[in-house]
Amino acid sequence: MKAIVWQGANRVGVETVPDPTLLLPTDAIIRVTSTAICGSDLHLLDGVIPSMEKGDILGHEFMGEVVEVGRDVRRLKVGDRVVVPFNISCGVCDPCRRGLFSACDNSNPNHRMAEALYGGVSGGGLFGYSHMYGGYAGGQAQYVRVPFADVGPHRIESDLRDEQVLFLTDIFPTGYQAAENCGIVPGRDVVAVFGAGPVGQFAARSAQMLGAAHVIVIDRVPERLAMAEAAGCQVINYEQEDVLVALRESTGGRGPDHVIDAVGMEAHGHGPGALVDTAKQRLKLSFDRITALRWALLSCAKGGTVSLPGVYGGLIDKVPMGAAFAKGLTFKMGQTHTHRHIAPLLSRIEAGEIDPSFVITHRASLDDAPDLYRTFRDKQGGCIKVVLNPWG
Amino acid sequence: MSEDRSTPPPEGSTTPTEPQTDAAGQLPALERSVMGSVGVALMGAGLRSARPIQKLVLGSVGAGLAAMAATGRNPLATALKIRQTPQGEVLVSDAVTIGKPADDLYRVWRDLAGLPRLMTHLKAVEALGGRRSRWTVEAPTGTVSWEADLTADEPGRRIAWAALPGAAVENHGEVLFRPAPGDRGTEVVVRLAYRPPGGSAGAIAARLFGEEPAQQLRDDLMRFKREQELGFAPTTEGQSSARAGGQA
Repeated sequence: MKAIVWQGANRVGVETVPDPTLLLPTDAIIRVTSTAICGSDLHLLDGVIPSMEKGDILGHEFMGEVVEVGRDVRRLKVGDRVVVPFNISCGVCDPCRRGLFSACDNSNPNHRMAEALYGGVSGGGLFGYSHMYGGYAGGQAQYVRVPFADVGPHRIESDLRDEQVLFLTDIFPTGYQAAENCGIVPGRDVVAVFGAGPVGQFAARSAQMLGAAHVIVIDRVPERLAMAEAAGCQVINYEQEDVLVALRESTGGRGPDHVIDAVGMEAHGHGPGALVDTAKQRLKLSFDRITALRWALLSCAKGGTVSLPGVYGGLIDKVPMGAAFAKGLTFKMGQTHTHRHIAPLLSRIEAGEIDPSFVITHRASLDDAPDLYRTFRDKQGGCIKVVLNPWG
Repeated sequence: MSEDRSTPPPEGSTTPTEPQTDAAGQLPALERSVMGSVGVALMGAGLRSARPIQKLVLGSVGAGLAAMAATGRNPLATALKIRQTPQGEVLVSDAVTIGKPADDLYRVWRDLAGLPRLMTHLKAVEALGGRRSRWTVEAPTGTVSWEADLTADEPGRRIAWAALPGAAVENHGEVLFRPAPGDRGTEVVVRLAYRPPGGSAGAIAARLFGEEPAQQLRDDLMRFKREQELGFAPTTEGQSSARAGGQA
């Protein structure tokens, strides 16, 4: 089959690889009908996520049709149309039973790598996202092996198009969880979203769905800001305005009640902090560039919530912790517990509350993916979200 | 754990003995004197050497060893997180919470002959009748065997064992089963103590050559948890990739 393969930092390619097979009786094989490139794939492209190996198949946003199931699979059958959460969860451990699916104890066979880096505990496995997260082959391919097939995949029974449900695999639940984590008081709270990429777009619209009185979106890319503006958000271009001053003014000096950092570890930004971050990342002294996080802590209102869907990797410093303490902020963060959001968000799509396909700007075949990775990374051609057809 | 084996803990004891970590991390006297002599010899050889690099390397390694002997500390052991008792035993412990009742987990461990399935570095455990058993491990130098006694057996709570005096690798250990708060199942705590051939230097050498008892124990506990909770181990062995042979 054809698959998108990581070939080293800044190199991805289309290669022919063996078709996946069932490795365990709880596996299923899915024929992928649609797959997407995610902003967090760019961290892999840039080589800032440790433990990638040349030859790894990428991709964690995918959906398709079940073509084979292992003998212990009960809920799925051949022919089912499914969306698959990007996280792999066993469904029986204590975190899974509490709905903390991304914190699964059991699904990462390389738990020792993550334990070494993350304080002695490992989260669950992820599709196509480094060996630290299990080394599972991803779904930017014609077929993919799905472990724990009774736990993750969610059947789509309505006639919604792929493009309307594909993002239930990651970016829609990720943006939604980021907004949900804020504990928005409807009709009262102001929410600021740093980063107007796909997750930022879904976070902003989710904040609106959850009743935010006002949503402010901060980015520097005009077409991203335009997309947020079209949804009724106020926008701030941080290259044209001093973002902290603009947020103060927009909120009567209080600051946003909640701030969502949908940027994560590779913030652009400017100023001395950003320069130091970039230098340290180049020298491998640090994984993360944290301008967005600094702005989030400095702008957030007293008693507010800083919600972090953006991915952070390592140790960070020059964090304005004094500001966070003085204002009594709450931090909420972590990988999305995708499984628990799929059914409720699917209902919202079916009810016509939101059509997630609004975010798509580019549609292409798998063969075009290497070029589109670069287009997406460099934010050229108005690129916000890329959907790939593995059979096109 | 570090209790004197001549006075095993009374059966039915409910408070497991905490391992006696030496707060100061002091090295045992014998090891200090060996280290001191080797250090001084190396420093001497370094000073006599005509080649500057050799002078520097031998001199500094020697000075390091001598300093360790003089201060009684092995900073390398501390850096490598090797824990030791004042008697020179290496301690290894870890814990895992498993969503199963303590009685079920206790029964799996109490079947000593089945332990090699849980602890992969064990080659065999044979029950010899009574409280005695024979343990065989795979060591870099070949297989090593010793006899051990159960020193405690409290169903559903605790199993402890100790090698008989004179064993090739002196060791003792215990496994505790404690109900976890809420409905989370059982906390399984394993504590092992052994006297590595070569003292802390031996433990460091073993660590540097990839024999990591702490990591082995962690892997064993995670494998046990997954076997109990899932009935299988998740894997990516044999999945497709673009590497040689197309396998991951």
